[in-house]
Amino acid sequence: MEIPYTVEVRPDTGLSNGKLGVWLFLSSEVMLFAALFSSYILLRVGSTEWPHGYEELNVPMAFINTIVLISSSVTMVMAWASLKMNDFGKFKLYLGSTILLALVFLVIKYFEYEHHLVAGEGPWHSTFLAIYFTMTGLHGLHILGGIIVNGYLWGPGAKMWKTEPERFTNRIEIAGLYWHFVDLVWIFLFPMLYLL
Amino acid sequence: MSDAHADDIRKHVKTYMMVFGTLMVLTVVTVAISYLHLAVHEAIIIALAVATVKGSLVALYFMHLNHERKLIYYTLALTVVFFAFLMLIPLATVSDRIVQRY
Repeated sequence: MEIPYTVEVRPDTGLSNGKLGVWLFLSSEVMLFAALFSSYILLRVGSTEWPHGYEELNVPMAFINTIVLISSSVTMVMAWASLKMNDFGKFKLYLGSTILLALVFLVIKYFEYEHHLVAGEGPWHSTFLAIYFTMTGLHGLHILGGIIVNGYLWGPGAKMWKTEPERFTNRIEIAGLYWHFVDLVWIFLFPMLYLL
Repeated sequence: MSDAHADDIRKHVKTYMMVFGTLMVLTVVTVAISYLHLAVHEAIIIALAVATVKGSLVALYFMHLNHERKLIYYTLALTVVFFAFLMLIPLATVSDRIVQRY
């Protein structure tokens, strides 16, 4: 069966189904992270002592990761803009860069985790590290999910550009919406965990 | 695709680059402020304010929320209400007598 409204907008919503779908998904994602943000506040307010993030964590590494993730958001939106301008070559370059930057983020995160775990300071070590590992771990899984989806769209999925270019452009747009959301979550996680 | 449309996108690209620059500057500002070691309350307010500006830039320009269909705004408005509610739940601990005793 053909999936309806992948290119043309549905008259009652004024949107393509994929776009509305991804926004509903992102709304549920907001609530998922909100539950953890709320838990963080509760744990912090309820504790007798709470360390400064910069004493426990590696701020320069997280700062570089923030730059990396913001850059990947820009390359993602540029991948979409390239398709809109009919430039498939640039699209490949930009989406490829997005995937590479996402991998760089995970590698840096790996070194951060390793530093703690080698010292025996896992999530069991303190409430602060418990919420740190939970929130950055969930965020890291989102990065991984984005790499898988973007990897598909960069590789085998890109064939759709030849047969249904508009539908493919819409796919890149909604994959981008997800990716920007992951960036947005990090924009809040970084100061909250590392700097306060 | 018409040339006029491609021109529109080129304008968008310029905006994206400006937003990118602003986000970079604000990231440096966030880190710089943390080195001032302000009192916790002040630090939290400033850090969240800067993060909110950065998040809004991402949502408005990269996620195109500056020109989107009404249904998406309605969906997000509802999400904001529930989000705010969830953020206020920890306030309930203020009336928690066990906590007050300490």
